[in-house]
Amino acid sequence: MTPYDILIGPFAEFEFMRRALVGSVALALGAGPVGVFLMLRRMSLFGDAMAHAILPGAALGYLVGGLSLTAMTAGGLLAGFIVVILAGLVARNTSVKEDASLAAFYLVSLALGVTIVSLKGSNIDLLHVLFGSVLALDDAALILLAAISSITLMVLALIYRPLVLECVDPSFLQSVSRSGGPVHLVFLALVVMNLVGGFNALGTLLAVGIMMLPAVAARFWAHELTGMICAATVIGILSSVVGLIASYHLGLPSGPTIILAAGLAYVVSLAFGPNGGLVLRLIPRRHLEA
Amino acid sequence: MSAIPHRHDHEPKRRAGASISFVDLTLGYDRHPAVHHLNGTIEAGSLLAIVGPNGAGKSTLLKGIVGAIAPLNGRVAIRDGDSPVEARARLAYLPQVSAIDHSFPICVFDLVATGLWRTTGLFGGIGRKDRDAVDEAIAAVGLTGFERREIGKLSGGQLQRALFARLLLQDADIILLDEPLTAIDSKTAADLLDLVRRWHSEHRTVVAVLHDMALVRETFPQTLMMARELVAFGRTADVLTPENLLAARRMIEAFDEGAHVCAVEDSPRMAS
Repeated sequence: MTPYDILIGPFAEFEFMRRALVGSVALALGAGPVGVFLMLRRMSLFGDAMAHAILPGAALGYLVGGLSLTAMTAGGLLAGFIVVILAGLVARNTSVKEDASLAAFYLVSLALGVTIVSLKGSNIDLLHVLFGSVLALDDAALILLAAISSITLMVLALIYRPLVLECVDPSFLQSVSRSGGPVHLVFLALVVMNLVGGFNALGTLLAVGIMMLPAVAARFWAHELTGMICAATVIGILSSVVGLIASYHLGLPSGPTIILAAGLAYVVSLAFGPNGGLVLRLIPRRHLEA
Repeated sequence: MSAIPHRHDHEPKRRAGASISFVDLTLGYDRHPAVHHLNGTIEAGSLLAIVGPNGAGKSTLLKGIVGAIAPLNGRVAIRDGDSPVEARARLAYLPQVSAIDHSFPICVFDLVATGLWRTTGLFGGIGRKDRDAVDEAIAAVGLTGFERREIGKLSGGQLQRALFARLLLQDADIILLDEPLTAIDSKTAADLLDLVRRWHSEHRTVVAVLHDMALVRETFPQTLMMARELVAFGRTADVLTPENLLAARRMIEAFDEGAHVCAVEDSPRMAS
């Protein structure tokens, strides 16, 4: 096999592969930066919780509209926003911390979701919801993914300054501006949007992977926030490409393979990354003068 | 501070300083008061130290002035002359260092530049003039050459210098400092105190929470001593008397004993 057959062939030959590529690259573009901020805010597991919380909304959408993109997306967004807002309200008005109240709400939400899915529908449908179908993206799904990543990047650019300050020095932000609370909510809304978008392509469980794995890997490549965001985006895109190619040639399910590729990128970064990677630590280097 | 924000107001033109008044102010958490029925006025241009034992409510009082926590009772009023002004428009606040996430990948220049918030707001750009102002502030605290250093790689003293540079840029009428010199070496402390004196000479109102009584006597003309309630407020020499210091410590101890009784009632079988 020539390199062309391996790298380009699958995409040149099959439209569904091209669609999968466009969809997963769009997803990586928006989810990468969001993941970096989640990681820096020590909310790496938040995405995981939210992905579960989205399930009952998507399931309700499925009950109403069948395997309809619109119904499931709307349901997912609604469930995600409700859980975020409820958890935030409880955290703000009681002594329960936000992560604890979020845990409570997403677990209830997940149980509801599984119940609804099993009320009507076969296991195959459940598998679709859980693992997605990146190889079956239609026009509407592609437009949704592209729209979500565009909105995400524009909104992030708009709220970048207060969002960074809210992470570094929240009490300073509070002393100069009231934007802290709203910015936090807008950011969480972006997380929910990207997860809902991701779950169309990769399923609820793996949507988190394309958000968090590139972000965590990026930490080993860059010192500053800008570099970290770029690295996460690049790693996300590379993982999508490599994952799709590998799944095509090896006959593996594509969604999980993309996430496995991102996992491999994480392991490589952990080992060889210039910013705190393990190998660099093992090489004895003499300390500097100052 | 008024409960309704005057968002649409243009930034008021700066006059000589602003005063802070407490009117029967009670601040606390979960209905437990940390500052109890406080009355008094910090005049414009004051250089005031707040002293008191741990748990006396000093930090809480600063948070109350900033508006970070809402009063349980009473209010804080910030005034320019006789006209009330919004706290956020006039005030710079340096919390205890622990509030900052040291691991966040941001460099000294960017951190200091956030002090320009009042002119740049959420979206405004930072032009050449602003960059010069940031460089100037960094130079004024002796951190030139550290602009691109990540904040996580600074020493405690260097980080505090950077935060003072940000305060310089904020150009505020009222400057609140919460234990600004804790765990800082004497050279750094002396440099930072020079900045405090400079602010005082510019007729800004400076309020600092401090534990070093010798330093307070030396540098701060006025002192407010508290132990949840006001102990004494006035000229430093009149406030920092052995009697007042003892009284403040007793008041905190009395509260602690009260808390102890409650704990025993909740779990009577616990032997100490």
